[in-house]
Amino acid sequence: MPFIPHTEADVKDMLGAIGAPSIDALFDEIPAALRCGPLKNVPEGLSEMQVSRLMSERAALDGGALNFIGAGAYEHHIPAAVWEITTRGEFYSAYTPYQAEASQGTLQVLYEYQTMMTALTGMEVSNASMYDGASSLGEALLMALRANRNNGSGRVLMPRTVHPYYRDVVGATTPAQGITIAHLDYCPRRGVTLAAALAAHEGSAPTAVVIQQPNFFGQLEDVDAITDWAHAQGALVVAVVNPVSLALLKPPGEWGAQGADIVCGDGQPLGAPLSSGGPYFGFMTTKMAYVRELPGRIVGRTVDLDGRPGFTLTLQAREQHIRRAKAKSNICTNQGLLVTAATIHMSLLGPEGLEQVAAASMANTRKLVEALTSIPGVRRVFEGPGFHEAAIRLPQPVAPLLERLSQRDIFGGFDLSRHYPELGDALLVCATETKTEADIDTYRRTLAELLAKDSP
Amino acid sequence: MSKVPADLKYVKSHEWVRVESDGTLTIGITDHAQAALGDLVFVEVPAVGRKVGANEACAVVESVKAASDVYAPVAGEVVAANEALGTSPEILNGDPYGAGWMWKLKPTNAADVDALLDAAGYEGYLKTL
Amino acid sequence: MKAEMTEKLIFEISRPGRAAHAQAPGAADAPAIPDALRRKTRPGLPEVSELQAVRHFTRLSQKNFSIDTHFYPLGSCTMKYNPRACNRLAMLPGFVGRHPLAPESHSQGFLACLYELQEILKDVTGMAGVSLTPMAGAQGEFAGVAMIQAYHRARDDHARKQILVPDAAHGTNPATAAMLGCTVREIPTNADGDVDVDALKAAVGPQTAGIMLTNPSTFGVFERRIKEIAGIVHEAGGLLYYDGANLNAILGKVRPGDMGFDVIHMNLHKTFSTPHGGGGPGAGAVGVSERLKPFMPIPVVGRRGADYRWLDERDLPQTIGRLSAWMGNAGVLLRAYVYARMLGREGMHRVGEFATLNANYLAARLAANGFELAFPRRRASHEFIITLKREKQQLGLTATDVAKRLLDYGFHAPTIYFPLTVPECLLIEPTETEDRETLDAFVDALVAIREEAKQDIAKLKGAPYTMPVRRLDDVRAARQLDLRYQPGA
Repeated sequence: MPFIPHTEADVKDMLGAIGAPSIDALFDEIPAALRCGPLKNVPEGLSEMQVSRLMSERAALDGGALNFIGAGAYEHHIPAAVWEITTRGEFYSAYTPYQAEASQGTLQVLYEYQTMMTALTGMEVSNASMYDGASSLGEALLMALRANRNNGSGRVLMPRTVHPYYRDVVGATTPAQGITIAHLDYCPRRGVTLAAALAAHEGSAPTAVVIQQPNFFGQLEDVDAITDWAHAQGALVVAVVNPVSLALLKPPGEWGAQGADIVCGDGQPLGAPLSSGGPYFGFMTTKMAYVRELPGRIVGRTVDLDGRPGFTLTLQAREQHIRRAKAKSNICTNQGLLVTAATIHMSLLGPEGLEQVAAASMANTRKLVEALTSIPGVRRVFEGPGFHEAAIRLPQPVAPLLERLSQRDIFGGFDLSRHYPELGDALLVCATETKTEADIDTYRRTLAELLAKDSP
Repeated sequence: MSKVPADLKYVKSHEWVRVESDGTLTIGITDHAQAALGDLVFVEVPAVGRKVGANEACAVVESVKAASDVYAPVAGEVVAANEALGTSPEILNGDPYGAGWMWKLKPTNAADVDALLDAAGYEGYLKTL
Repeated sequence: MKAEMTEKLIFEISRPGRAAHAQAPGAADAPAIPDALRRKTRPGLPEVSELQAVRHFTRLSQKNFSIDTHFYPLGSCTMKYNPRACNRLAMLPGFVGRHPLAPESHSQGFLACLYELQEILKDVTGMAGVSLTPMAGAQGEFAGVAMIQAYHRARDDHARKQILVPDAAHGTNPATAAMLGCTVREIPTNADGDVDVDALKAAVGPQTAGIMLTNPSTFGVFERRIKEIAGIVHEAGGLLYYDGANLNAILGKVRPGDMGFDVIHMNLHKTFSTPHGGGGPGAGAVGVSERLKPFMPIPVVGRRGADYRWLDERDLPQTIGRLSAWMGNAGVLLRAYVYARMLGREGMHRVGEFATLNANYLAARLAANGFELAFPRRRASHEFIITLKREKQQLGLTATDVAKRLLDYGFHAPTIYFPLTVPECLLIEPTETEDRETLDAFVDALVAIREEAKQDIAKLKGAPYTMPVRRLDDVRAARQLDLRYQPGA
């Protein structure tokens, strides 16, 4: 029996100790009418060898394409040591570190992680992570509502340059607590939030203003001006950032005169493989003044009975298992394993390595955009500084072109036309440090060929 | 046994009330309550000027493993709050009826206090727990 | 467990200018960033060699208890063996390299796994539809209650704002209801651990949105009157939510759909053995009855002919929406799929059977050794509770003392002080993957600890003694918050 160690003799002796005639008798409190029959739609069991064959065949169906899609999930090189260590049984098969004495490994990793995230974001305190970037933004807005007690309007100003799926998740998870969203339009020339769009909300007492940097188009927002404007309105600033970009970009803690108030985002670029969208992890950092409003687990350093330093979960009284209906959030997990990977990843790269990853990704994206826009009819959509993504406009509808590119095993980018129809046939492309000049040239040649075929 | 000063009024939810000479009420949690919660790590007191109803939750006390709301024994307006508890919650553990007071209330109706338990009544209640 | 020495923080072994050079891509000629948007000082990440990092984190791992190293009978958490094949196969290059936005044409392998997992989960739970996207049990709960709300709203029934939960429910249940703007009303349980049906009858009404139940309950006993409860709630116009925390107990034996539940979340990291990973990632797939299918969170995997495809708001216009940017914790779902395929049809019901056998055996042996079961008249499910009320009175021995001392004996502690309504309780869940000898050794350890308490209770108050640290000062941790390393601080 897979994964069940009992011998026949064990079963007999154990039933004897219980005083039950059979295993089935152990279920005698369950009304007979409720007992289920055979599970018709569950296939017969497979051996490890058989399931390995099956999964290898399926994985082979999906792999191998040259990927230029970013749009919130980025293909970076992950040092081999990261997942070798992360999948050690002692990390992989441990539970939440409630018994601190028997969990010092996980707890110290989390404390080191919190330190690294505060350093990257320029903030004072970090939680031990959340589910993913999108759900972290939802939690950040609920936190802003609690933290900004003087302003209970619940109105959140949300640029349309924030990831559309993040906005969807906010829409699904926050309205029940009184959050309402007002969208801010972007400048069609620069692809960043319009100052005029903000000005329209002057005096409207928003609870929070969201800024994504770099924004969904890969463009760099004017973070100082928006932050100062938001604070002048009495709003908190919620930053959504790519952690790799922070090796080069001004950390949210330094935005404007006072810095952002809550910083969140997806930690995927720090050691999580693309893996079809998960598991990734969300991160959240804030100012010390708001620590009690921060959702999720937090690890603190303290001392033991002998005065030696040690680590433990702290501020747990905010959490659901104690506060129940009055908890700050129902969240119980952090994405511990992904945080372990991220902490090892950041340790291996260090400040210089992370800076090189960011710079190489920027450089490659510039090369990609230059290559693609060298094709007649292909243009950049926006001007102005960006990070490692860019929107380009094609002379033909995007979806059919992407399909034909994929037939040549190239994923050409994210089709912007569904979420941003006003941009026309626009495509969001990304080239991280993993792409070579040859990769970029393959994309350029193939796209040029496909477009040439169709030109009149 | 926990201390139950004779000159105070009490509520079954473990708040105490002292009627001051100017008619305002000083409110805190009892020695029994602080002992049951254990070492407090956080106390949140209500904002001055807040109007509260009787039995309305208006403060929070937290220990490492528990968190409790503290209720207004009677209706009124908060006229003072012990901000020192915000940074030094241990004051409450050390002196629940003195330096550990939580807030002062101007009652809407001074006679409401008469309906609260006296020391003997509260001690009797504690024996039933 | 080794590494008794204090392991320095990685920041303390960091030296300026040191780096694991092989990992970084090298200098690049990046476009200039305008001065106002540029970072001026490098972030304070550690600067260490590859070996230093590898050694540091390997040593830290050795300071953990885990299933792979220790018996971990943590009640309500289902700490069963996490088969290595699940991890290896979910990390095949085709899967880990797949971008979440990869076209369906290049995703048929992944989508086939997810589609089949949906079908398997539908069958084992008796539900009509499954959405795999919630990223944890708590998010599954959120999705479940949101669907219940959406259902009532779609029927123009706007008065249903109250969620009922038994007093012994997991804390997430009321927290979830509150997050969605519902009020919460607790229903008492009786001395045998069943919901007080009369109290339930008195509580339901036109304000009832639904009830959230765990079955077997958090007391580790099966809710015998579940059909009657379902009838009462449905009669009143409410829906039933099944908290799948304890699904392991009944896998292949009873199906929540057959009990009358309308929506269920499953903790795939428990029942389907994807790892807990030191606190996540989990996966909280939801199953729904026919009437809640239109409201499922997106995306869901559909099938057209031989092809698998994503279903989103264009296919499910009444969906409660998206809970994660993509497909939840996709890699966790693959692990659950591999596990389900290895168990197969016959393996499913063996899970429930042997989990129950182990729990009842452990309960019987502890009772025979003088420990008090919280519900002695009941069958244990996959877990059970002992209460140390008597030991506390007679010896001063608390659940915390036992939990801490167990660590010295090489066992992770059971869940303690939950459910909140049982004094000095240990909630013990051995799971089906533990062998009998381990269970016997655990009984011996508990007996030995009680003997130690009779000899020298003070010694137990100081436990553990053999861990990397002794009991930690939680009060100091909360009062003097030290949440990050600050050089010189």
